[in-house]
Amino acid sequence: MKMSKHPLFYFLLFALLIIIFVLIMQPLSILHFGKSIVMLFPGGEVALKERNLLFIIQALMLIVIVPVYVLTFIFSWIYNANNPKGNYDPDLVDNVTAEYIWWGVPLVMTGIIAALTWHYTYEMDPFKPLPSDKKPLTIQVVALQWKWLFIYPEEKIATVNFIQIPKDRPIHFEITADAPMNSFWIPSLGSQIYAMPKMKTELFLIADQEGDFRGCSANISGEGFSGMTFTTRASTDEAYNKWIETAQKAKNGFTLAEYNKLVAPSSYNPVAIYRLEDPTLFHYVLMKYMEPS
Amino acid sequence: MFGRLTKDAFIHDMAQNGAVAGMILGAIALIALISYLGRWKWLWREWITTVDPKRIGIMYIVVVLIMFAKGFADAVMMRMQQCVSVGDSFGFLTAEHFQEVFSAHGTTMIFFVAMGVVFGLMNLIVPLQIGARDVAYPFLNALGFWLFAAGGFLTLVSLAVGKFSIAGWLAYPPLSGLEYCPGEGIDYWIWSVQIAGVGSTLSGINFLVTILKMRCPGMTWMKMPIFIWSALCTNILVIFAFPILTATLALLTLDRYLGMHFFTAGGGGNPMMYINLIWAWGHPEVYIIMLPAFGIFSEVVPTFSEKRLFGYVSMVWALVIITVLSYIVWLHHFFTMGASPGVNTFFAITTMLIAIPTGVKLFNWLFTKFRGRVHFASPMLWFFAFVLNFSVAGMTGILLSAPPVDYQVHNSLFLIAHFHGMAIGGVLFGFFAGFTYWFPKFTGFHLDEKLNTYAFWCWFLGFLVAFMPLYMLGFMGATRRLDHYDVASWQSVFISAAVGVLIIFIGASIQLFGLFWSIKNRDKLRSGRDPWNGRTLEWSIPSPPPEYNFAIVPTVDQIDPLWATKRGQGPEQKKEYEDIHMPLNTPAGFFIGAISLIFGFAITWHIYWLAILAFVGIITCLIIRLSGKEVHGNITAEEVQRIEEAATT
Amino acid sequence: MTIHHYDTVETFPDKRIPDPHQDAYSRSTLGFWIYLMTDCILFAALFVTYAVLKESTFGGPSSKDIFELKTAFIETMILLFSTVTCGMAVLAAVKGKMQSIRTWLGLSFLLGASFIFLELREFSHLVHEGFSWEKSAFLSSFFTLVGTHGFHVSVGLLWMAVMMAQISFCGVTVDTFRRLVLFSLFWHFLDLIWIFIFTFVYLLGVL
Repeated sequence: MKMSKHPLFYFLLFALLIIIFVLIMQPLSILHFGKSIVMLFPGGEVALKERNLLFIIQALMLIVIVPVYVLTFIFSWIYNANNPKGNYDPDLVDNVTAEYIWWGVPLVMTGIIAALTWHYTYEMDPFKPLPSDKKPLTIQVVALQWKWLFIYPEEKIATVNFIQIPKDRPIHFEITADAPMNSFWIPSLGSQIYAMPKMKTELFLIADQEGDFRGCSANISGEGFSGMTFTTRASTDEAYNKWIETAQKAKNGFTLAEYNKLVAPSSYNPVAIYRLEDPTLFHYVLMKYMEPS
Repeated sequence: MFGRLTKDAFIHDMAQNGAVAGMILGAIALIALISYLGRWKWLWREWITTVDPKRIGIMYIVVVLIMFAKGFADAVMMRMQQCVSVGDSFGFLTAEHFQEVFSAHGTTMIFFVAMGVVFGLMNLIVPLQIGARDVAYPFLNALGFWLFAAGGFLTLVSLAVGKFSIAGWLAYPPLSGLEYCPGEGIDYWIWSVQIAGVGSTLSGINFLVTILKMRCPGMTWMKMPIFIWSALCTNILVIFAFPILTATLALLTLDRYLGMHFFTAGGGGNPMMYINLIWAWGHPEVYIIMLPAFGIFSEVVPTFSEKRLFGYVSMVWALVIITVLSYIVWLHHFFTMGASPGVNTFFAITTMLIAIPTGVKLFNWLFTKFRGRVHFASPMLWFFAFVLNFSVAGMTGILLSAPPVDYQVHNSLFLIAHFHGMAIGGVLFGFFAGFTYWFPKFTGFHLDEKLNTYAFWCWFLGFLVAFMPLYMLGFMGATRRLDHYDVASWQSVFISAAVGVLIIFIGASIQLFGLFWSIKNRDKLRSGRDPWNGRTLEWSIPSPPPEYNFAIVPTVDQIDPLWATKRGQGPEQKKEYEDIHMPLNTPAGFFIGAISLIFGFAITWHIYWLAILAFVGIITCLIIRLSGKEVHGNITAEEVQRIEEAATT
Repeated sequence: MTIHHYDTVETFPDKRIPDPHQDAYSRSTLGFWIYLMTDCILFAALFVTYAVLKESTFGGPSSKDIFELKTAFIETMILLFSTVTCGMAVLAAVKGKMQSIRTWLGLSFLLGASFIFLELREFSHLVHEGFSWEKSAFLSSFFTLVGTHGFHVSVGLLWMAVMMAQISFCGVTVDTFRRLVLFSLFWHFLDLIWIFIFTFVYLLGVL
């Protein structure tokens, strides 16, 4: 029987040191990167709830994982073939109590996590409006190749790769695509949801603080996919209203002709602001693939 | 005449030209070597036309090693690109090339490394562990291998001629449809996977019937080694899942070749249908590659703990539950596609449930060590790495299974870190454990232990350094498959991950060097028939095993039959040698595989006359093969006795 | 459980060569059943796709507009009869009556070929009317589901021809008999799939 010539002690020690190193890097990197880790320091309530659920499930899972780690090290040490102190019992092949414990405890924990998940999945349904006394702001989103088109149907403006929203007010996104499948994602604010041609998905998000939040597409849609980033600026109501006024006086009008120009593939598009001259454009995009042209 | 193949297909950028040149030079060198050694006839007789599963298993592993090198090179390129492609810099790969690289990486690693490992090990180990001399359908088994090899080679051809897919390893439509990707890339992907997939289905049928019908006398269901149970469950998964892949790829093919509208944006097509179908296959697939790894650990841990596997019945139930549940979890791959909360919750709960039997297995392995006598040979080192790395990945899996959490981290680098933890921490480390464990059985000598240990440390550390940062990147909002990003703070994290890949590269190089080093020093590393004090039947026959495996078919009456024999238990064995009939070699598998490669290439490039010719060729080969009289070779009892007595080990 | 070594249907044991796999027959049929199950799953995937996409007519014709129950019914009867003739061929093989085998297989072939002919005629009629598979998802899934079945039947016809040749040249041996049984399993299976197609595609499509 071939045996490792390395003393087991150093082996376990090095392994433990590596584990500890990895563990320490977590809080260290959180300290170092701070608010860059947008999911841990979210800018909106939806993202906050999602983060908290993650923490709770993580904590519950540690109840299973930590014993596994501890037992791995302990058993490796005590029952090492070279250790005379370890009891050798070659016929210990089953133990009903032990089986009950490791079938039962994970089952109970799964039950708890499942209950939590059930509750939160319904609560955080992207299609479900957020509870608020303010009327939601509707923004229509069209994923194109390879930029994001935003239409504010009530304010009558359209933008490319940029939106400004008032903080503390729910935003109702209606999302579709005139491109391969994309995923509309603003990590600071919360959930992503797929943007698909012919389909309208919806998402409700809300910003709790002011700032510029990075948004992107989270599903590959072709060559220029990496350039599909957009900025979400959450500001005070006054700043938002001022921005709307300026946008409504924009030089360029957004019409079907302008839309068709935009549909042509292009990447890393700069921010563009338009007056919305054709309020039925979103509907047009939705219906584009529904019937023969 | 050449379809849509033009001279442009042969023009690539510098790096790719280098890779192609390397490939061609390597092939030429190999051909030269074989010619120099005068080994063509031997190669044809002993390997290319063989139907011996032991040889086929070794061929699988050889193809796996080649494909792993390619897939790993892809990984290194991705990491290097993402180190530098930030802000104003766009790195050294164009966006399109980067997208080809990650698509090739995923396709290669799943279909041609992981699946190759699964079927390679089944070929090597299943007949030996059940006390059989052969598999149920030797020709079908060989054919399965050659189709697998054909698919793999087609992806290598795509490196030299034209471009590969840019749509990821699963090619979601509408991106993979005609409108957005009219070129040959997606077609290369479709046919490589389709051809290899048919091979997998055939092999799955073969091994299922082998396990069902060819176990040695006395080996009832609950006396089979757990590796055989995991192989059984794997093959059941293959049989129920791969036809879905065949159908789905066929539908995408029809969209692309005949203008149909299954998954197009217009015409009434429904891309979401593809996603459902492909993941209905895709989720069982990840269990197909995982369960054999579990089976390997169920062999390694008892052997190196000198103790029987703890909770045998529990382990069997865990495997069966995983197999059944794996068919009702597929939607967790696309929680964010907009399904209702009821639907999302159902699949979330089934996904969480499937984690329970996996955890049970972990505890049973650990308690096999409890009150055992544990030896830390290389296979056990890999088990150790597996426990530590896989648990973290499993834990993040539970996180991902909660839809609200998934809404944030879906398709981010958090997801990448999770599944690489499963694939590397689980599948790959399982393969390494199995490889170092069973290598002496098929070659007669060990792999150098010291080099194995260094390789282990590199992989264990390297994996953590390469993938732990990716969890953090996911939290920072980094999505997957980015060839360029604009957030400066991510760069240092990407660089850390690249350092990890470098460490892994050192480990993989040590392994490769170690293989050749061990071959060179094989006389010093001789192992004999039972180097590890084994417990199962494969350790009772010479190393390497004779063609017929068992001179006398063993009779068993309990789990770990060899261990029972060593302890003086075990039933009376038959004593007399008999004539043994073995199937004869056939070139049909190789021919059909080679013609399939031509077919795949032809139809990718729309060279329809050649594709039709190749298709007719395949049918002809099949008809010829399946029309002959079934003949077998005969090894007389005296010959068997002579071989057994000559085998000193 | 022990392995049964002697449950072969040894109608015409070929004693010139020792048959090491005495249970080759049962092993072959088991493996072939499993293959048929995989084919079943493949068809299931196509059925599911059809079910999801059958209302997606994209402004074109729906199932009510294009399906002719009469033709479908005739095709069903043809296949049912061909299943009967195929079964008769296997019975004749058990009894070793060469001429009967040729007759029954020949009949099955004619019936199968008529089925394909009728189906191709239906398809080309639809294409000429402008209702080809490129027009809508519904049409794509219809042509694919029914066409895949037709493709399987065509493969069956080829197999049948090969079996007729094998039996004519080699007679009924252990091998040819086994292959004939596997073929008949395939043929019956295709009839079963057709029943599902007739019910869920044609019948329910017209009601």
